[in-house]
Amino acid sequence: MSDSQVQVLAETAEAHEHVHPPYQRHHFETYAQQNDATNFAMWLFLLTEIMFFGGLFTAYLIFRNWYYPAFVSGSHQLNIPLGGLNTLLLITSSFTMAMGVWCAELRKKGALVLCLTLTFVLGMGFLMVKTFEYKEKIEKHHVPGFHYSLQSFLAPETDEAAMAAHDKPLPVDMARHTEVYFSLYFAMTGMHALHMIIGVSILAFMIVRAQAGAYTTGHVTYVENFGLYWHFVDIVWIFLFPLLYLISRH
Amino acid sequence: MNFLSKEKGLLSWLLTGDHKRIATLYLVSITFFFFIGGALAGLIRLELLTPQSDLMATDTYNKVFTMHGIIMIFFFLVPSVPATLGNFFIPMMIGAKDLALPKINLLSWYLYMAAGCLGLYTMMTGGVDTGWTFTTPLSTHYVNTNVLTTGIAVFIAGFSSIFTGLNFIVTIHKMRAPGMTWFRLPLFVWSNYAASILMVLGTPVLAIAIVLVALERTIGIGVFDPTKGGDPLLFQHLFWFYSHPAVYIMILPGMGVISETVSTFSRKRVFGYTAVAFSSVAIAVFGFFVWAHHMFIMGISNYSTLIFSLLTMLVAVPSAIKIFNWSFTLYKGSITFETPMMYTFGFMGLFTIGGLTGVFLGTSGTDIHLTETYFIVAHFHFVMVGGMLMAFLAGIHYWWPKMTGRMYPEKISQLAALVTFIGFNFTFFPQFILGTLGMPRRYAAYPPEFQILNVFSTAGATILGVGYLLPILYLTWSLKYGEIAGNNPWQATGLEWQTQSPPLTENFPEIPIMDHEAYDYEWLDGQKEKEVASVG
Amino acid sequence: MSHISQVLWQFLVKWLTNFALYPPEASKIAPQMDALYFFMILVSMIGLTIVILLVTSFSILYSKKRHPVAVQIEGSTLLEATWTIIPLGLFLIMFVWGALIYFRVYTPPANAMNIYVVGKQWMWKAEHAGGQHEINSLHVPTGQAVQLTLISQDVFHSFSIPAFRVKREAIPGRYTTVWFEATTPGTYHLFCTQYCGTEHSHMIGDVVVMTPEDFKKWLASSTSGASLAQNGERLFASLSCAACHNTRPDARGPSLANVYGTKLALSNGGSVMADDAYLREAILNPSQHLTQGYAPIMPTYQGQVSEEGVIALVEYIKNLNSDYRVQQTTNTTELLPESVGAPQRPAPAGQKPAGQGMVKQ
Repeated sequence: MSDSQVQVLAETAEAHEHVHPPYQRHHFETYAQQNDATNFAMWLFLLTEIMFFGGLFTAYLIFRNWYYPAFVSGSHQLNIPLGGLNTLLLITSSFTMAMGVWCAELRKKGALVLCLTLTFVLGMGFLMVKTFEYKEKIEKHHVPGFHYSLQSFLAPETDEAAMAAHDKPLPVDMARHTEVYFSLYFAMTGMHALHMIIGVSILAFMIVRAQAGAYTTGHVTYVENFGLYWHFVDIVWIFLFPLLYLISRH
Repeated sequence: MNFLSKEKGLLSWLLTGDHKRIATLYLVSITFFFFIGGALAGLIRLELLTPQSDLMATDTYNKVFTMHGIIMIFFFLVPSVPATLGNFFIPMMIGAKDLALPKINLLSWYLYMAAGCLGLYTMMTGGVDTGWTFTTPLSTHYVNTNVLTTGIAVFIAGFSSIFTGLNFIVTIHKMRAPGMTWFRLPLFVWSNYAASILMVLGTPVLAIAIVLVALERTIGIGVFDPTKGGDPLLFQHLFWFYSHPAVYIMILPGMGVISETVSTFSRKRVFGYTAVAFSSVAIAVFGFFVWAHHMFIMGISNYSTLIFSLLTMLVAVPSAIKIFNWSFTLYKGSITFETPMMYTFGFMGLFTIGGLTGVFLGTSGTDIHLTETYFIVAHFHFVMVGGMLMAFLAGIHYWWPKMTGRMYPEKISQLAALVTFIGFNFTFFPQFILGTLGMPRRYAAYPPEFQILNVFSTAGATILGVGYLLPILYLTWSLKYGEIAGNNPWQATGLEWQTQSPPLTENFPEIPIMDHEAYDYEWLDGQKEKEVASVG
Repeated sequence: MSHISQVLWQFLVKWLTNFALYPPEASKIAPQMDALYFFMILVSMIGLTIVILLVTSFSILYSKKRHPVAVQIEGSTLLEATWTIIPLGLFLIMFVWGALIYFRVYTPPANAMNIYVVGKQWMWKAEHAGGQHEINSLHVPTGQAVQLTLISQDVFHSFSIPAFRVKREAIPGRYTTVWFEATTPGTYHLFCTQYCGTEHSHMIGDVVVMTPEDFKKWLASSTSGASLAQNGERLFASLSCAACHNTRPDARGPSLANVYGTKLALSNGGSVMADDAYLREAILNPSQHLTQGYAPIMPTYQGQVSEEGVIALVEYIKNLNSDYRVQQTTNTTELLPESVGAPQRPAPAGQKPAGQGMVKQ
């Protein structure tokens, strides 16, 4: 680099020094750098989340391969309309979230608050449906470790969901393996729900901040990065739904 | 005015965003945990003086070695170089004012401290005795010690590690100064970058393994329980998928330090810079594909063993490349033998031994005899203590003048390095022989014919302990009474040496522009001439 | 080993053994493994010497006093290639050699004598086919391939005989195997090498190697009266296995005579080798591998039979090479109330009642 080039760079740097937006942190040279860096950081974090869920998906793949009939019977115990509703709620919430980011970019405070609120409501809706589903499971004693009952699988005629799916009775040892299916069901949807709870909590905080105008000053990073997180949680569900709910459904 | 003096008061430290202050906080904390882990090691060696399990109850011994492993791995080795030297110097080396995410950095330290406190609490309320490997079904159904709290502590410490790695990757990608291309980065940055990839991608898998163990232990899901159709080997795969890359997380930053010291104290650019940089990344990448070499005798299929053994041979090669490149850095150099260089030499010899013995274990045939014995214990202590810990001490001494503005006392530190080296060899070399003889690991009692070697080992441990105690004493002493260090006492290249010691809070008065290659001693000599010219 | 003089080799091993740097070689595989081990030590020492020589000589020749000005050298592709290819080549040699030994250790020969070992906290129980039981010890003859079929009753354990250079994990839920052929009579250490809880350090014992004659004597003096297969036969009857597993035309399950070692067709189109692991799985998790042509009605015996019981049943089925005993047990089973639907047949004259008689050993 020539001396004159170095000179120009130094001067430009100095000039910028005193003209940066209030939301630019001091260790960044430009706002673009800050945005770039935080965005990249969020993508990396999502990569760690993929690795985290990956362990569960690995366990799922192995056990589904070994105990397919148990997984089928277990899956038939899940409520597809409710699962489908949840999928719809989440996809819609991803849409409203994306709209929120757009509003933030256009500096439309009211619209942003509306979008974030809608996302929040849809997310809460998902959680409520999930709570209802879990309650059902608890009532039927399909929670591993808590008086887990094999009755629905040994005698499907006593179980509505099994009858609706025309399930045949499983041999005892295969019926026992349905507990593994439900262990994975609760671990995977539970982890997912935990991420949803964290998400809606942050959303609640963001709605308050958005109302105060924090995200419509041209500083869209928070909304953008949270959007990434929300979309990721949505995508995880889109994998969970068919893997858990739709095993051998015709 | 420097980063230490700029703001005063406890809150200015506890709420700091300054990477250098966070590095200092880490340095104090990991030293604390190191000595706890070290005390536990002392207890182990004391018990093993006699063939009987007589110093403490066998249960207690089991807790002692478990806690020793957990503390040393998760609370010392994993954060050692990255969280202290990495945090302090990566921004300076790339010409940035701070890491990309200072708040995440501080959070990382708080998570580490929370995890550490939880770990201490666990120790004081009955401990845990599953071994640091948490093997199921032992950890899920057969012990009634604090598995859950320990698991949570490790989980939280894992997040601390993930955040550190994440921060480093973003910083190195996005905050390099103008002119600082990838191949002008110091090799310390490359090594930490590779380790950060491992931290970010590997640690979450440990997290999920711990979650599953916790669920199995508390509510009894059966994923690892064969009576419920689960598979205990699944835990082994999930656990080692992290824990093997973990060993590279631990050693790569140390290798980064060695690249710096070997260059500075030979006044030469590292031989084969590109090869060393790529080797770091190669170790990280290959490191993800070898985990089942910890499971050769556990009933995985012979063909799995074949594949993993082959891949293990591949991962051994980049380490060999580095050792030779460092050796040849000395060729036609101008070598001085200050303490960092002494630790560097110690590293090169001991890591070579440790790495070669890794090949004994990666070779499936010999692994049958050597695995689960003291050979393994000796192997990993050679690479971790003879390797990593020596590299850490090399780094601390090397950058001490930059961090504190004071020189450490040279003579006593050289003595400490020698004492450490001698003590280390006496402690751990006999363990190779014990392992070959068949002495199993994690034994509180052993057949009497193994006693002589065990006594040797314990004697060495005493010497080793002295070697580690000395730096605490003289480094603390040097803070007040050490010789004042200038900007660049070693005449090293690297942007961190071109500014004051201790550095300013913002590192540089203005962002430097990188217009020369890494380890460019000719540029450095040119700078000196300019300085002399401007004065004269 | 033909490359090194036998005398020199024996001297080396004896010297090392007497100075206890090295365990005795008491199995056929031990010297083979030791050869690889010594080769690796040699390569390591050469490698270490090279590194030490390089570092020491460069440090002396190029110390600041002697060589005040450093010469900046970028690198050398030739050197990089050399120290990449040579170590890789050596490691690959070790890999291949080691893999050969590994396969050898974990591929038991067909004529191996089988001993079952059950590990539990904190003892080893060995069961010979003839019904001899041992705790924390293992008697084996020289000159005979011995296969160990291992399983754990609780947590992971690891069965290690350093003098034989063999080690294998005992895992809950599945069998693992290892084999060896002992060469030198004597008593050798047996260790558990996988941390298994409080008394892990005391889960040790002796492996006693005897000449074949002494071993026969020991077998005769230690028998518990019934062989494993006979115990298995008893269990087979008490669990009413023959209610389905018989050779009648309307049998609900396949006949088990001569089934061991054959390839079975599964109902999902695949096939499985009927080995020890399969037999165990079939008893405990029958719906895992459904045999073609039969309804999936076999109940699981998980919880009803211990690992030792499973071993006895497996031994029984292994030795079942005719169905005459099944016929006998069928007849006696018919007298039991559980055999619902089985046509009544008068017991043929001269048939021995179940529980007596010898199963072919």
